[in-house]
Amino acid sequence: MTQEYSPSELLICLASRVMEDESTAFIGTGIPMLAASLAQARQAPNLVPIFEFGGTGAILEKLPLAVGDMRTYNKALAASGICDIMETAQRGFVEFGFLGGAQIDKYGNLNSTVIGEQEHPKVRLPGSGGGNDVGSTCWRTIAIMIHDKRRFIEKIDFLTTPGFLTGPGAREKAGLPPGTGPYRVVTNLCIMGYDDVTKEMKLLSVNPGVTVQDVIDNTGFELLIADEVTQNEPPTEEELRILREQIDPDGLYR
Amino acid sequence: MNQDLKCIPIVQEGEADLIQSIDLNGFREHNRKKTKALKDKRMTEEEAIEKFVKSGDYIGFELYGTVRCPMSLTRALVRSGKTDFRLAGQGVHELDLLFGANMIREIDLTYIGLEVYGISANLRRRVESGDITKVVEWSNAGITWRFKAASMGIPFIPARTMLGTDTLRKSSAKVIEDPYTGEKVALLPALILDVGFIHVNRADKYGNCQIDGISGFAFEMARASKNLIISAEEIVDTDEIRKHPDRTIIPYYLVDAVVHAPYGSWPGEMSSYYERDEPHYKMFIEKQKTQEGTDEYMKEWVYDLPDHKALLEKIGKENLKKISLKEDLI
Repeated sequence: MTQEYSPSELLICLASRVMEDESTAFIGTGIPMLAASLAQARQAPNLVPIFEFGGTGAILEKLPLAVGDMRTYNKALAASGICDIMETAQRGFVEFGFLGGAQIDKYGNLNSTVIGEQEHPKVRLPGSGGGNDVGSTCWRTIAIMIHDKRRFIEKIDFLTTPGFLTGPGAREKAGLPPGTGPYRVVTNLCIMGYDDVTKEMKLLSVNPGVTVQDVIDNTGFELLIADEVTQNEPPTEEELRILREQIDPDGLYR
Repeated sequence: MNQDLKCIPIVQEGEADLIQSIDLNGFREHNRKKTKALKDKRMTEEEAIEKFVKSGDYIGFELYGTVRCPMSLTRALVRSGKTDFRLAGQGVHELDLLFGANMIREIDLTYIGLEVYGISANLRRRVESGDITKVVEWSNAGITWRFKAASMGIPFIPARTMLGTDTLRKSSAKVIEDPYTGEKVALLPALILDVGFIHVNRADKYGNCQIDGISGFAFEMARASKNLIISAEEIVDTDEIRKHPDRTIIPYYLVDAVVHAPYGSWPGEMSSYYERDEPHYKMFIEKQKTQEGTDEYMKEWVYDLPDHKALLEKIGKENLKKISLKEDLI
């Protein structure tokens, strides 16, 4: 018998399970922070969280509220600055990177800059921040998204952060480091990966209570479907206990 | 002989013109003239801004989110009436005040928002209305490496970021074929600030500065600024600095003004000194949603207060105590 859980708790658990022990992860604000904490408490005790503004190898006892707050270097191994962190990623040391955005296309390209034209936008969004750098230089990136047709669209208004750009070979052609790129998209409906050959987004597994058709209906481009779509396990009692008692006792992300 | 030499092909150019020219020789001349004497540079926020900032300048603030943000300097800048600034835009609360007062015309923008609290309504209003006439896009690494190029005294720095995206297309970066490997590489132009604002944990009266914990882009921005205004939680004796010279991230000769500003990052936080004033910040988040709300906030918390001391009195010792991690800051 599984407990009740919120959509954010499900996202956190799914993202957390993707992370591997003894690897490095570039952590942004919000859900990635909780996911990294949970991974440290479970399958990845030696996961090294790396925060953009200089925190490396923090023990995430209390939930950081921002990528530069004190908790991002709580009992950390090193406290440096943004150049060091960005250069570390550019040298190939950072395995996982987390991304988000207002829009994503089938190649995993993300928009967090504008809705409408850049010069005269309908909505001005925050901009790239570190997103473009994470998407350019981390080996494998994981996008965390709310899944609907407004966000998963054929043509994004602005390409802020590179996914596979226009398809196979496009990243390398543009000068981005070879072998890097999108790895997973974790949403409130499912987990998706990318086709090895065409680099298009592909449905891998659905969340509890979600059908393949639900995912298709909420995606604004033609989604590839894996031969065998599996079911994602709901958050376990242990995951929920750690999340609620240790990581987010104030329930900021419940 | 020359015809045998190959040209390095520029394969792409960002569409935006530079909003701050790369005058490396002018920067050298400026730095030559800066005093190297150990001179007492302490002054108030108002004096520093009067002396070292003029309308139309290209300015930048160093911070990460609401952490170690030069807020007392920001409020004094708003009150100064100086305006029409160009800006290196990586910011949260401080830029909202400048947008609220409509003081910004052009931005090299990396990230402007409210982090977990979402989009900045003040940024939206100023950009969508056209009050801000030019926005040039960069990534966080992109703009920090631009500071790094300036700090190195070189015109640009090559990087493997921004490539293939609209972020680069709407920037002033260029893409070349690297003459060594033949691979494409982005060139990021040096960014020299007319005025940089940095808040630190401690400084001596000459401007030797130390920062606790992570240091963001303080090292690079300090060295990329023609005029550098420092605010510090604590002013310490130079002997304290000399005990741990390895901790000095900004040496005195870079600094033009030293302002003593306890709780200078309020309502943001300061590593190991105080936490963010969350109730106040949440109140601001609600207010900034409308121009009227922003105006009310600015009147109460910026314009109606003559200086930082008056602000601290308004917040009150009890409230400051609630966020403090260290005693006796004031």
